[in-house]
Amino acid sequence: MKVELTVNGAPVAWEIAPGDRLLDSLRAHGCASVKRGCETGDCGCCTILLDGEPAASCVVATAAARGRNVVTLEGLRGDPLLARLQEAFLAEGAVQCGYCTPALLLVAWTLLQSGGPVDEATARHALSGSLCRCTGYVKPLRALLAVAGRPGAQLRGGRGENGLRGRPAAAPRGEERP
Amino acid sequence: MSVEAPERAAGPNGVVGANATRVDGLALVRGEPVFTDDVHPEGMLWAKVLASPHAHARIVRVDAARALAHPGVVAVLWHADVKPILHTRAGQSWPEPSPYDTTVLPEKVRHVGDRVAVVAARTLRAAEEALALIDVEYALLPAILDPEEALRRTDVLIHEAPDPRGIGGGGRDNVAARIDIRVGDVEGALAAADLVVERVYHVPRVQASHLEPHVAIAWLDPDGRLVVKTSTQVPFHLRRILARVLEIPEARIRVIKPRVGGGFGDKQEMVIEDLVALLALRTGKPVRLEMTRAEELIAARHRHPQRITLTTGVMRDGRIVANRMAVLADTGAYGSHALTVQGNTGQKVLPLYPCPNLHFHVDCVYTNTPICGAFRGYGAPQGFFALESQVDVIARELGMDPLEVRRLNHIREGQTDPLSARLGEGKSGLVRVVRSSGLAEAITRGAEAIGWGRKRRPSAPHLRRGLGVALAMQGSGIAGVDWAAATVKLNDDGSVNLLVGATDIGQGSDTVLAQICAQTLGLPLSKVIVLSSDTDLTPFDVGAYASSTTYVSGGAVEKAARELRGQLAAILAGKWGCAAEAIAFADERARGPDGRSLSMREVALTALYEAKTQPAATASHMSNESPPPFAAQFADVEVDVETGEVFVRRFVSAVDCGVAINPQLTEGQIEGAVAQALGYALFEEVLIDDQGRVRNPNFLDYKIATAMDMPELVTLLVPAPEPTGPYGAKAAGEVPIDGPAPAILNAIADAVGVRITRLPATPERVWQALREKAKRDLASAS
Repeated sequence: MKVELTVNGAPVAWEIAPGDRLLDSLRAHGCASVKRGCETGDCGCCTILLDGEPAASCVVATAAARGRNVVTLEGLRGDPLLARLQEAFLAEGAVQCGYCTPALLLVAWTLLQSGGPVDEATARHALSGSLCRCTGYVKPLRALLAVAGRPGAQLRGGRGENGLRGRPAAAPRGEERP
Repeated sequence: MSVEAPERAAGPNGVVGANATRVDGLALVRGEPVFTDDVHPEGMLWAKVLASPHAHARIVRVDAARALAHPGVVAVLWHADVKPILHTRAGQSWPEPSPYDTTVLPEKVRHVGDRVAVVAARTLRAAEEALALIDVEYALLPAILDPEEALRRTDVLIHEAPDPRGIGGGGRDNVAARIDIRVGDVEGALAAADLVVERVYHVPRVQASHLEPHVAIAWLDPDGRLVVKTSTQVPFHLRRILARVLEIPEARIRVIKPRVGGGFGDKQEMVIEDLVALLALRTGKPVRLEMTRAEELIAARHRHPQRITLTTGVMRDGRIVANRMAVLADTGAYGSHALTVQGNTGQKVLPLYPCPNLHFHVDCVYTNTPICGAFRGYGAPQGFFALESQVDVIARELGMDPLEVRRLNHIREGQTDPLSARLGEGKSGLVRVVRSSGLAEAITRGAEAIGWGRKRRPSAPHLRRGLGVALAMQGSGIAGVDWAAATVKLNDDGSVNLLVGATDIGQGSDTVLAQICAQTLGLPLSKVIVLSSDTDLTPFDVGAYASSTTYVSGGAVEKAARELRGQLAAILAGKWGCAAEAIAFADERARGPDGRSLSMREVALTALYEAKTQPAATASHMSNESPPPFAAQFADVEVDVETGEVFVRRFVSAVDCGVAINPQLTEGQIEGAVAQALGYALFEEVLIDDQGRVRNPNFLDYKIATAMDMPELVTLLVPAPEPTGPYGAKAAGEVPIDGPAPAILNAIADAVGVRITRLPATPERVWQALREKAKRDLASAS
C-alpha cells in the first residue's frame, strides 16, 4: 500500500506494508536520529513531532500518519533554537552515549518553542517521557534551562514517582530468592 | 561556540582538567548515523532468535521445513547445524576465568529465553513469521529456579559436562564458582569481640537497560574476511572468542565498534555476535540482529542476585575486629562472570574496613533462570549494600554516630588490602597498597553538604525524614591483567591521529584519552583525531570494563605521546644542535633552550619532508596496581508512613577519583550511576515466575528512573592525585553506583526506625516493615 505524508517539510509517498511502524519507515528513509529503544512506547528514544506534538513513532502505524506532518531532528537542521539547544547540550555535558539525545532535544525544543514559562518542574515534566540511562538527567535539564534563560539554575529534584507506575506485585517465589 | 566548530578546550597547557567538549559530541547532537544499526549494507538479511519457552529441556528435534518454505527465509540453524565448541561468552582476558559451559546453539535449553534456533530472512517480518513455523520437540527436564535448591541438589545437573579447564562444578553439582578465603582468625576474633552483629541481606536481579539494545551486523568483505560491526564493550576479546567458536583465525575477522548507546557491563559479553557471524558465513550475505527490549530483559545479562550473610565483630569503642561474609549467588543458566563478579563482592568491599580477621565465602550456583553477568559495579553494589547497612546496625547498637564508626575504621593511605593478594581476577598475589585517598575529606565535605547531624523537618505530617550515609571503594582496572595500547602518529599540519583499542561506550573515553594526548604533546584538543576500537586499525585494549580505561588506557596514551615527543625532540636536536631533553613542547610549538621555536606544523614538515620519517609511536601499558577510587554518599529522604513510599529529596556524592581529566564528564558518570543505583535501592527488580519466565520484560513494568524520579543531586569531586595514574587519575565509572542503595536504606532506618534488608525497598516492603514495627512496639509497650 502507498501512504502520503509530509516528512521534514517535504511531501513523500511511501510504499509500505500494512502494520509497518512509523519508526521503521522513518529509519528506512534516512531519519537515523529516530532511535529504537523499546518498541512499546515506553522509552521515548523514537520521539518525533507528529503535527507538532511529541509522539513515540514506534507505536504509530505508518498508515495512520497519512496526510500528517512528521518532523524529526533532521528536519530542524538550521533552526536557530535547535542550534542553541545543541550548543547548550554540548557545553553542559548533557550528552553521554547520545542515543536518547535526539529525543531529548526534540522535547526540549517543543517546550521552548511553545513560548510558555519554563522552570525546573516544567522541564522535568517535558523530559519525563524520555528515558536516559546515562546522565541522571541533571545535565540535560541544565542545558534546557540555560536556553530557557536560566543558566546555572540550581536543580531541586523531581517529586519522585518511585515504582508507582505499573509495577507488578512481587511473585511469592521471587520473594524467597536472594 | 558554534555547533559547526566545537572547540571549548582550555589552553594547550590546561587540556587535562578542562571540561572539554566531547570529541564525538557534534555528531551525536545532530543525530548523525553513527550507531551500529544506522547504516545497513546492501542485500542485508534480518536475523531473529527462536527462544526457549521452557526453563529446562532437551531439544529432541527441530523441523525447519515449514520455515524454510517461507519465501523470505534464507537460513535456519539449530544445534545440529553447528559444532558444539565449549566456550564462555564473557568478554574477559585470555584465559578467561569463567567456565566454558556454553555452545553457540545448545542441545539443551537452560532458561526461558535460551537459544533454540536462529533464522535469517530477507525482511524482519519474514524472520519473525519464520519463528512460528519452526517445529520443536522438547523433552522437559525438572527446572531448578531457586539457588538454595540448586546448591542442595545433585540429581538434576544444569551442566552435565565439566568445564575442560576445571572451573566450576559442571558434571558434579550445580556450582559455577566457589571461593573461600580466610585472613587471620575470624572465629577467635568474633569470640573475643564485645559485640557480634549478624544480618542476612538480599539483593535483587536488575538489568543494565542501556537504551541501545544489543545489535550487530556481520558481512564478508571482498576478500572473504568476516567483518562484525557491533555495539560492544570488548572488540578484541570478541574477535578472539569468535575465532574460537567459528574455528577461523583471528586474522580472518575484523570487529568494528561504532558509537555505542550505553553498555554498563551488559556488552562485556558476546551476547549475539556469534549468531550474525555464523549466518553471514553460511549465507554469504550481510546479516543483522538486534534484540528487542523484551529480549534484553529476558536474554541479555542481569546483575547477580545474592543472599549475603554478614557477621561482624566490634569492640565497644567501635573498632571492627572481624568480618565474615557468606554469599549465595545465582548466576542463572550459564556461568559468565560467575567467579569474578562474586569475587568482587568481597574483594572490592571488605577492604574498606581493613580489620585483621576476614572470612569470605561464596557459593555461586547455576539455576534455570536468565543469565547473570557484568553490570557496572560488578559485585560491589551487592557487597556494599550488606556492609554499609551493617555498619549502621552496629552504630545503632553501640549508640554511636554512624559516621564516627566509619571514620574510625575506614582504610587509609599507606594501608594494604589483604584480600587482593589472595584473590585476583585470574591472577592473584598482587598486594594492593593505597597510595592516594581523599576518603576522609570526601566524608567531611559530603557530611557538610547534606547537613549531617542537622536533620531537617519533614515537609508534611505523614512524612518522616532521615539522613543516611554509605562509603565505597572500587578499583582502577584489574591489577596485573588489564592492559592497553595506543598509537600516536603525526600529520603534516601538526595534528596527530590517536589510535586506541579503548572502547567509548558513551562514558567519554575518546575525549578523555584525547585530552591526555593533547596535554602531553602541548596541542589543543582539536589537533587530536581519535579513532577507537577497530581490530584492523587500532592496537589492542581489553575494552571498557573494570573502571580501567582512564587509568590503564590513559597510561598507554600518555606513554605513546611521550615517545612521539621524544622522536620529534631528537629530530629537532639534530637540527638545532642542542640536547633533545632541552626541547619543550607547549602551545603548539617546540622551543629550544636558546629561545628558538617552531610551530608544530613546521616541526611536522621538518620531520616528514626533511628527515623523511614518520613520527609515530605505539606504547603498551599495564599496572600491577588497581588504585581504589573512593566515595562518600549521603541521602536525605522522606518516608510516607501511610503508604510506605520513599522520596529521596537530596543526594550527595563526594568522590575521590584522583585528578579528574575532564571534571564535567566525571560528574556525568557520578550522576548517571546514582540514577541507576536509585532504581536498585527503590524500584528495579527483574521478577521471575514459578515457570522461570520474566514477568516484567518491558519498561512499563521494569521501571528505570525518569527525570521525575531524580532527587536534587550534589556531586563533589575530591581529588587525591594518584601517583601511578596518568596525570594523577584514578577511575570514576563504577564507584558511585556502590553507595546509594545502602545510604538510602540507612536514611529510611533513620527516618522510621525500620531496617529493610531486602532490595528494592518498594512501598509494599516499607509499609510491611512499618506495620511489623508498630506491632512490636505495641507488644513491648503492653
